[in-house]
Amino acid sequence: MTVPSLILLHEEDNVLVCVAGIAAGETIVIDGAALPAPEAVAVGHKVARRALGPGDKVLKYGAPIGSMTRPAELGAWVHMHNMKSDYIATHTRQTLSEDKH
Amino acid sequence: MLEGYLRSDGRKGVRNVVLVAYLVECAHHVARRIVDRIDDPDVQLIGFPGCYPNAYAAKVMNAIATHPNVGGIVLVSLGCESFDREGLGEAVAASGRPVETLVIQEVGGTKATIAAGLAAVERVRAAAADAAAKVPMALDELVVATICGGSDGTSGITANPAVGRAFDRLVAAGATCIFEETGELVGCEGVMADRAVTPELGREIVACVEKAEQYYRVMGFGSFAPGNAEGGLTTQEEKSMGAYSKSGSSPISGIVKPGDRPPSGGLYLLDVVPDGEPRFGFPNISDNAEIVELIACGAHLTLFTTGRGSVVGSAIAPVIKVCANPETARRLADDMDVNAGRILEGAANLAEVGDEIFDRVIEVAAGRRTVSEELGHQEFILTYKAFDPIGPSCLPLSAGATR
Repeated sequence: MTVPSLILLHEEDNVLVCVAGIAAGETIVIDGAALPAPEAVAVGHKVARRALGPGDKVLKYGAPIGSMTRPAELGAWVHMHNMKSDYIATHTRQTLSEDKH
Repeated sequence: MLEGYLRSDGRKGVRNVVLVAYLVECAHHVARRIVDRIDDPDVQLIGFPGCYPNAYAAKVMNAIATHPNVGGIVLVSLGCESFDREGLGEAVAASGRPVETLVIQEVGGTKATIAAGLAAVERVRAAAADAAAKVPMALDELVVATICGGSDGTSGITANPAVGRAFDRLVAAGATCIFEETGELVGCEGVMADRAVTPELGREIVACVEKAEQYYRVMGFGSFAPGNAEGGLTTQEEKSMGAYSKSGSSPISGIVKPGDRPPSGGLYLLDVVPDGEPRFGFPNISDNAEIVELIACGAHLTLFTTGRGSVVGSAIAPVIKVCANPETARRLADDMDVNAGRILEGAANLAEVGDEIFDRVIEVAAGRRTVSEELGHQEFILTYKAFDPIGPSCLPLSAGATR
């Protein structure tokens, strides 16, 4: 094995950061356990370190970076489709806020 | 030992550029033609587009025109705009720099002013070269700024903390370091306040970030671009945590506003968010607006971290681009000075990249051209804003408090 595709930034975090692109079904390792990646994840994106549910605080760098809006299974991609800011809405080119969900 | 161009106020420059400044959009074309015809990378275009007066823009233009990297300036006015061209010209002349002012309505229009401008630039350039005495410059005379742009999920784990390491070394060596964009520090105000040299400054830092959050709420957007989301950042506070690491771990010595100069070495926070009711729109409409404000605070050069891949540079002060994402570093290789993405591939660690950034700062200050300088990037943007002066607790060390 070469460089890991997921890294943990802080012991308390419940998400990992992808540092090498992951394809769906590819074997990933989370806390020592191997599993098939439920979906593709790009570099810089986040993956659930454990099963997360709506309302859960998302922890990265050991700090809360928002809350879950939908469930995410172990190894799932965590992003705008299942989490939101606790401060101010995020926008994309297509939508002006997260309230489409 | 570095060498710098000695200016009459005692500061030293790491470049000796001549500026051509338009004082209203109506004079932009004439000024640009002059700069294009001269075709010298050290003759650069800057300007302010508005016709209405603005104290902030006047202060920033004044600070830029008397920046240590600037050797002289040619002002291009249409004639009827409200910019105080006499006041700016007098301030530049008082600084000992050559300055000439061309008023298009008096000179006789486009062609005549371009011709007069070419001759004026030749005279100012010659005078600036004659006056450019290079003298030894110590690290504690250097002012280094940092900004991030086109951030993604890698920025906060490679390039930003690596710049933080370089900042720690620079501050330890007595240099002045400035970080900014309180809108990108939302969520970090508590930890940041704990680093302030006095509790009063800590409270000012918290108030500063609360002001930013309030301002961005009124605007309806955080300091967050669609590319940030495509790069894996989901929320403002997540982006903030990554951006914050650029500041390193030194104590925070003070808060400045655009055009204020930090009084001594140390780490300073630049408050870029306007005071009072939101009036003129977004605090900074793009990265270069922030870079201009950092330069107006005296920055000799700027460390620019990017994950998605910004290509910009700046007029006046060199921009060193530090790429966070290894994929971007390959795709935009010609636009990056330092590849911090190596950290993700196990080819370097944070300390090594931090040292590389520190060494590059010294080299660029000594005259090495950055990638964006070589490519001809000389972006400059200045728009309307409104600020109150900084409060009495913002610069505690110069007010007599001890570290």
